[in-house]
Order: sequence, then structure tokens, then C-alpha cells
Amino acid sequence: MTRPTPETLAHTARRARAAADPSVDVDPAAARSAATPTVPAVRPSTSAQVSGAGSLVRSLEALGVDVVFGIPGGAILPAYDPLYDSTVRHILVRHEQGAGHAATGYAQATGKVGVCMATSGPGATNLVTPIADAYMDSVAMVAITGQVARPSIGTDAFQEADIQGITLPITKHNFLVQSPEEIPRVLAEAFHLASSGRPGPVLVDIPKDVLQAPTTFAWPPTLDLPGYRPTLHPHGKQIREAARLMAAARRPVLYVGGGVLKAGATDGLRRLAELTGIPVVTTLMALGAFPDSHQQHLGMPGMHGTVAAVYGLQKADLIVALGARFDDRVTGKLDSFAPDATVVHADIDPAEIGKNRHVDVPIVGDAKHVIDELIAAVTVERSAGRTTDLGDWWTQLDDLRNRYPLGYDEPADGTLSPQYVIKRLGEIVGPDAIFVAGVGQHQMWASQFISYEKPYTWLNSGGLGTMGYAVPAAMGAKVGKPDTVVWAVDGDGCFQMTNQELATCALEGIPVKIAVINNGNLGMVRQWQTLFYNERYSNTDLGTHKHRIPDFVKLAEALGCIGLRCENAADVDKTIAAAMEINDAPVVIDFVVGKDAMVWPMVAAGTSNDEIMFARGVRPTFDEDDI
Amino acid sequence: MTMHTLSVLVENKPGVLARVSGLFSRRGFNIDSLAVGETENPDVSRITIVVNAESSPLEQVTKQLNKLVNVLKIVELDPQVSVARELLLVKVRADRSARSQVLETVNLFRARVVDVAPDTLTIEATGTPDKLDALLRDLESYGIKEMVQSGLVAIGRGSRSITAGPALRAA
Repeated sequence: MTRPTPETLAHTARRARAAADPSVDVDPAAARSAATPTVPAVRPSTSAQVSGAGSLVRSLEALGVDVVFGIPGGAILPAYDPLYDSTVRHILVRHEQGAGHAATGYAQATGKVGVCMATSGPGATNLVTPIADAYMDSVAMVAITGQVARPSIGTDAFQEADIQGITLPITKHNFLVQSPEEIPRVLAEAFHLASSGRPGPVLVDIPKDVLQAPTTFAWPPTLDLPGYRPTLHPHGKQIREAARLMAAARRPVLYVGGGVLKAGATDGLRRLAELTGIPVVTTLMALGAFPDSHQQHLGMPGMHGTVAAVYGLQKADLIVALGARFDDRVTGKLDSFAPDATVVHADIDPAEIGKNRHVDVPIVGDAKHVIDELIAAVTVERSAGRTTDLGDWWTQLDDLRNRYPLGYDEPADGTLSPQYVIKRLGEIVGPDAIFVAGVGQHQMWASQFISYEKPYTWLNSGGLGTMGYAVPAAMGAKVGKPDTVVWAVDGDGCFQMTNQELATCALEGIPVKIAVINNGNLGMVRQWQTLFYNERYSNTDLGTHKHRIPDFVKLAEALGCIGLRCENAADVDKTIAAAMEINDAPVVIDFVVGKDAMVWPMVAAGTSNDEIMFARGVRPTFDEDDI
Repeated sequence: MTMHTLSVLVENKPGVLARVSGLFSRRGFNIDSLAVGETENPDVSRITIVVNAESSPLEQVTKQLNKLVNVLKIVELDPQVSVARELLLVKVRADRSARSQVLETVNLFRARVVDVAPDTLTIEATGTPDKLDALLRDLESYGIKEMVQSGLVAIGRGSRSITAGPALRAA
């Protein structure tokens, strides 16, 4: 945020005028604790005559919102007038999808609720993808949309869309505000719902005449959510049973999912792992929850996980799932997943328990409470002398790690290796930066070849697999963490979906860094065509190599960013170093890489994890007698 | 597959039925019957859903229903210890020659005639789905011109009330 622009200066002036509360730096762990209700006691009880729009903006201020990503339009226009004088910073994006993913990136990086705003109709429907994305990845997001005036609802009015109906299946909850008096309560409920229990997106749709009507703003409101009672504290009996199993298992694995990050339970996880000596796998959504470099970390399980992590789960006699959901990308063919494992499944969402995999010990609770109580219960088991020697298990796993480490072959055609680029990026940039990936090969390589040592340093679209997530999510992360270096690792396909937000970044002083892993193709789809469609490359060549359309360096410059290009291994380090030197503007590096590199290991979709391929045509050998 | 009767207590707010029914179709369940109405508490509505499902997927859909913010409580009613009724209105062809026989059937099933026309009788009947099926089988031979059936409503036997839980007092 070092390059002042007319917009940021004007904003700074408005902020100064608006006599803001000093913004409080929220401790991420505390902000993430699902146990903390989010109705703030930020301000004393207040009451004032305002418009519905004024009530909305004052509610946002009272809720501690410091930034909203959005675009104005007809129906939401009343809200933008009080917003002009507010302490809340509004970042004008270029497409509502960018606003939604930015809110997600902000939320994922800070642990606070991300807020986006759009007008009715197309503005609202453009939020659908990021809302679905946030729903799949359990991100605390509040989306505020304008709606046509109440008398026009249901008449196919200009820019009318039933966004409440449209988003029913992809929100944790949504509201259509019926009167201006409801606004403070609905906003407070929306923030509470979004951030407590299993987090998720909440949409608040407000008709234009409700925004215009006079009302009284009163704070704090009383929440009215009689049907919402998330279970945070696990059942003691279940915890003791889990601890008993953990003390007796010979081949246990801790299967760690994104819930551990959401709950701010990473310190506890490390204590639990080190206390028990049990191997740890972290899912795509949990990278950073346990240091990649830790001796007990087997890596990521699943379709492109490490051989050790996949086999560890597959051969386990006990799986302790913490905030994970046995997603199909992790289990492979469900029938043959971990056939000998007793399963302890702890999750804050009771509906996840037993949804895919039969569970022997269900535990409903927040991961922080679950882990803290497991530590206590395991300690009791150990002090009673009940432990098992995991030496044989570790011998097998270490053997697998040594024989099948993550790696890659240099491309035979002499082109730049995408894995090398990403590996060097991680090594040069270091573990304090936040990495944000799009979806595809580059995402998998970024998950494999960058070492995540700290929580909340890896953001990606896991569940929905939203191409185009990276640029706007990186923008949101950088706004939330302005002093942290934020790198997006994007593909050339993904980048062409949402790069217009770089204009937002350039004008708003949000110096993100983008590494475009440009292989000229929709790489992951091409990989599947190589493996499963007889190398018939139907509609995967984007022409970004052949025709250099678009020219990403020129595109970056046109969007107000610094554009760099790197086409050979010798230049990788210095290009990254050059990008690291630039802190007053967004930087885009066009890494022109080979198109034939593939993501390995791989469990083909619909097949058993037993059939994991270490590389094309290479099945790992595994001595069954060892088990 | 077995029939299950779920009583779902929900907040009496716009759109709640869409949330509940949408969840069933989204998760791949067919609703056999659905009835909604107010309860003794005007802020609370009761949805009775009959669904044909294995118990494990039913448990999943029940858990998903419980996650809906407007859902207050879900109880599966055991047919052994609950009373279940449907309402049927049926317009039967009944000219002079058939009328007395139709009326005999009406009496046998303790149904009532609610409208009379020269060539039809409109019959109202309440009962279990089995009883109404039997009535309809009997009436079919005369010719059914039109019929309409309500969803099933059901309530547990005995003095206990499912609305008496702590969740509802909070409402």
C-alpha cells in the first residue's frame, strides 16, 4: 500500500474525516475461534434516525468491518452514499466475482469475516461462483446484495434476480430483508452465522426501498436464531474412547483437514502429534496446519498426494480425522479406502460424520476443543502406561518416503520445468509469505513443491475447484495482511478468467505478486487427455504459447502492473528476486514453461488408492508382508 | 427401502418450505407426502414429511435438515406409537342406478358425502393411507372423475409433546 493514488488518498481523507475507531489488530487464533460469538460489544448502545442504507453501513461499522469489496449499481446505490463517509474501506473491483473471491482471500488470510457487495440481478448472480466456492471450503463470508424494490419483486423487473432462491443450496443461510428495522439484527445474525460453528457464506439481500426508507438504527441488536446451536464441546466419553484407540493402535494416522485451521487449533495439533508420535497427513485445505518440514508429516493425501500419505491412510488401523470430510479426492474409490481402519471422526458439523465413510467413534465439536481434550485424555492413557511402539509403522512409512519422494523429471524437450519454477519460488520467497493458487496443475505443484511451515500461508479453492480464484483471492489476502508478501501461483487458463482485478490492485495500492505458470494449455485437462483420451487434445490449447495471445507482460503493463517474463531455468532466480524488489506495484511474471509436465503421484479418478501411480507407468511396490 | 415419517418443526417464516423441500431434492430424495401447518405456537410451523429411504441416507438428510437455520427440531415418528391421517376428497360417478351402492361403501369406510350432483357424489374421507387406498379401490369400479389428497399428518401417542423441548422454549 505504498503507492498513493488519487483513490487511496481520497479514501484516507474520508477515513480521517470519519473519526474512526482505531482499527484493532485481531489475533488470528482468537478471530478464528469458532467459540467466540461475533456479536461485538464494540460500541455502546446507540440509537439514531437514519435511512436503511445508513443503518446497513453503521451495522458494518459496529461489526468491526474494515473493508468491503464490491461494485455499485442501481438497487444497491443507496448503500453507497453513506459508505462514502464511512470508516469502512470500499474496494471497487472490476467484476463481482473478484469481490467474492477477494472476500474469501481476506477471510482465509485473517480469520475475520470477508465482506462483498453487489447490486441486484447480474451483480448478484456474478457472486454465485465465489459464494459456492466459499460454501464448499467453509469460508466465513457475508455477501450483501441490492434487490429491486419490494413492490417490484416477482414482476421480472429490470435487474431482478431471485438471488435468495438461487443461493439457497450454496449458502449457510441467506436473508431477504423485509423492513429497514431488521437491518442491524440481520447483519449481526449474518456475521454470527458466517463465522461461528462450521463457517460459511451468508447472503443478505436488501430491496432498494428498504435501503431508502427511514428507520432507527439501534445497536446492539438481539439475535433471534432459535434453530442455530452449533456444538463446540465434544462429548467426554467419545474423547476417552478415541484416546484409548490412539494408545492401542499400531498403525495410526492423524488425518487433518481445514477445520483445524478454521478453529485455530494448529498449536494443539502439533502438541498432540508430538505427544503421541502418530504420523500426520494434511489435506489440500489444511496445508500449513502442521509444518511440512516436521519429521512426522507424511504430506498431503489424495489424488495427487504423496505415496507415504496415501499408503499411510490406506494401511492404517486407526484414522483420527480432525476437521476433515473424507472428500472423494482424498479417499479415491470409497469402497476400498482404508479397509482395515477404525475411524475416529471429529468435526464441528454432525452431518459430515458418517456422510462418506462409516465412523466408529463420532465426535462432534470444534477442532480446538477436540484436540485440547484429546491431549488431556491421551496423557491419561500414557501415564497409565498404555502406549504402543510405532517403530515398525514408522519404519515402513520412512521406507516409502525414501523410495517415493515428491519429485519431477526435467522436460526432455529442454523447456522450462513448471515444478522447478514453483519449487524455487517457495525457496526464495520463504515460509512467511502467503501463497494463493488457482486450480489445476499449478495448484497441485504449488501444494507439493512449496514448503508450508505456518498456518494461513496457503489459500486455494479446494472443494469447488474454481479456476480464476487466485488473483482476486490474493488481492483480498493482501488487503487483510498488507505487511505480508502475497504470491499468487496461477495458470495461464485461470489467469485469463480474473486478471482484470489487477487493475483494482494497481489503483488501490495492493501490491500482489503473480507467478503465471504459462504452459499454453489448460494443463490439468490436457494431462487427463494424455492419460485417458489417447492424447487427443480437444480444446485445451489456449494459444498463449503459439500466438502469445495475450502477451502477459503487455497485459500486466496495461493493467498498471510490472510485467516480467522468464523462459529458462537460468533466469528463474533473478526474475523472482526482481519481483521481490518491487513493493509499490503489483508484479506479474510470465513463466513460459513446457506443456508436457504432469502432476505425479496420481490416483486416477474413481480408482482405489491402492492403485496410486508414482509416475506414468510406475506403480510403487509395497511389501504386503510388512503390514 | 422403508417409509419414514418425519415431523419437522420450523420457524414460521417465508421461504422455509423451499429450504426444506429443496434440501430433499438436492440430496436425491423423493418426498412421498408433505403437509405443512401452524402449531399451537404461531411462530412455529410443523412440516410432516413422508420419505422412502434406507436408514443411513435418511440419517444424512436429517442431519442436513438440522443444519438449516430455520429448522428447530426433527423427530421421526414411529408408526407403532403415533397416529397418522390423510384427508381425501373424491368425486365419484354415481347416477341413480349406482348411488345406493356408492353410499354403502361410504358408510362402510365411515366416510361422508360432502356434495351431490345428478350424476356424481363427492366424498370426504380421513384415515391412514392404507384405509384410503382400500376405499379408492372400491370406488374405482364406479368411475373416479376427480380426486385430491392431502399430505399425511401425524402425531405421537401418549401425553408427551415434541414441542416441549428446550429448543422451542427458546423460540
